[in-house]
Amino acid sequence: MSVSVAGNQTADDGCIGVVETQYYTFAHPPNELKLECGKSLGPVTLAYETYGRLNADKSNAILVVHALSGDAHAAGVHKGENNPGWWDDMIGPGKAFDTDRYFVVCSNVIGGCKGSTGPASINPGTGRPYALDFPMITVGDMVNAQRHLIDHLGIRKLLSVAGGSMGGMQVLQWVASYPERVKSAIPIATALKHSPQQIAFNEVVRQSIMADPDWRQGDYYEHGQPAKGLSVARMIGHITFMSDQSMEEKFSRKLKNGDYSFKFGADFEVEGYLRYRGESFVKRFDANSYLYITKAVDYFDLSGGKMVSRDRPIDTRFLVISFKSDWLYPTHQSQEIVRQLKAGLIEATSCEIAATYGHDAFLVEIDEQTHLIRHFLEKTYYGNGTLESGI
Amino acid sequence: METARWNLESKDARQDHRIIFDFVEPGSKVLDLGCGYGDLMYILTREKNVRAQGVEVDDAAVYECVKKGLSVFHSDIETGLTEYPDRSFDYVILNQSMQEVRKADFVIEESLRVASKVIVGFPNFAYIQSRVMLFFRGRSPITPSLPYRWYDTPNVRFLSISDFQDFCREKRLRVLEARFLDDRGEVRRLPNLMALNAIFMVARRRETPAASGTGDSGGTL
Repeated sequence: MSVSVAGNQTADDGCIGVVETQYYTFAHPPNELKLECGKSLGPVTLAYETYGRLNADKSNAILVVHALSGDAHAAGVHKGENNPGWWDDMIGPGKAFDTDRYFVVCSNVIGGCKGSTGPASINPGTGRPYALDFPMITVGDMVNAQRHLIDHLGIRKLLSVAGGSMGGMQVLQWVASYPERVKSAIPIATALKHSPQQIAFNEVVRQSIMADPDWRQGDYYEHGQPAKGLSVARMIGHITFMSDQSMEEKFSRKLKNGDYSFKFGADFEVEGYLRYRGESFVKRFDANSYLYITKAVDYFDLSGGKMVSRDRPIDTRFLVISFKSDWLYPTHQSQEIVRQLKAGLIEATSCEIAATYGHDAFLVEIDEQTHLIRHFLEKTYYGNGTLESGI
Repeated sequence: METARWNLESKDARQDHRIIFDFVEPGSKVLDLGCGYGDLMYILTREKNVRAQGVEVDDAAVYECVKKGLSVFHSDIETGLTEYPDRSFDYVILNQSMQEVRKADFVIEESLRVASKVIVGFPNFAYIQSRVMLFFRGRSPITPSLPYRWYDTPNVRFLSISDFQDFCREKRLRVLEARFLDDRGEVRRLPNLMALNAIFMVARRRETPAASGTGDSGGTL
């Protein structure tokens, strides 16, 4: 999706250009990062990228947080590569997160495999990859680690924290953990907690990885990924990211080779698509990371006033976005967030965007999100000053 | 400057906004149910330093509110009130939206729970032109405040000013303010016959009769 947009835009309207991933290492023993599970982890490295410029009083910083398999590369391109970052349509000069105005930070979560410390990282105690010795991490731990990075960058209060899906959970967790450090929050296509249906999908994902004999109880790093299991896991994921309608539009019952093969090959285009997605995921994502991160989002639960309540007043502004065709994180889960905000007497904005792409919409439905986010950030940044020019 | 902003609304809407604007105390907290494009919230925020939260079901209207820098929940009115603690607001505004709500009594009761005062603006079904159309021509009324035909109206509740006054008596509500409008301005005589629109500000009747000697009088206009 981003390629065509990049092609249509001029250099000064949207393209960040070449960016580089940076690394921050902290929590060196004995000052390790304390985790919710009771264990600790250190040293911890976070991979991160930044776009735009931090202003003098450090008041224009926005933290963008990624979904399950995302990474720190949210926008621009890496040197010698063509792939723009995962939210390149939203981050850049003149875009929703306008890098002419704001300083945007994105970091890979701990537990991930894109440069931040995760199960595939070397355990300094053994000199081998952690594998299942890696401690169980939570969304709270991910956010705690990000907080160290934000401290390191010298930012006291973030103008906004924004993200979709698991990124949205981190947004909510930021408000729960550090409300005084978040001026505004933009949780997109997300939930205060996973429903049994969402946990069930994740459990099938994990079982398919662990059922692959190549998984070897997580100790596969010398032999290669449990490719079959991880590939099936990702196929399940992709089904849940699309909507009935978007699948109909994209594939219908189209055949790859014009006719039935009467064999168990990939006759239908949708089969070919899922196989391709599964196989390419094996090349880019660590199976153990997928296990750890899906578990972290299943554990996540800020329901029942654990984020905001009347006894715990906060002044964070909220923009809650959901998508009509998203059945993985349906709008009623966003309304659950809104209900908690109401109970806590928080002024906020919510919007259900009429999109057909299912859960994927937060990555591809750009125009409406851009309108909402751009104006919301303006109001957050400039305050009532925007009201003067509002009409 | 100010005139330019008021003129954003049609002549009729401008009048009802002006009246509601006058009702609302500066610095108060307002919940606008069915806030539309947010013009009233915008002016209350800007001129009276009001903290305003809107609720609106129409997509385009929500986008416009966000453009104006306003806070708005994309939701219908019936579900817009639950979860708010008692007395969360100073005012709930239901301007030109109550007649589109099925459970109008529930919404007013709930509004009186979450706010101390409720401002209700609605088109008067007993306006003289409506009566003429129904009585002499045998047709469903179409008036400047009820401009729709039977098949395309968003309205589901049709009430007159007298109906609403009866409702207030039945529910033991105090009427703090009542203003009536036709297409030229305020109507002072025979409002149920002569007014296109009505705007009431109501509150729950005080539980302790000793609090005010004439606590009742507001309810019987």
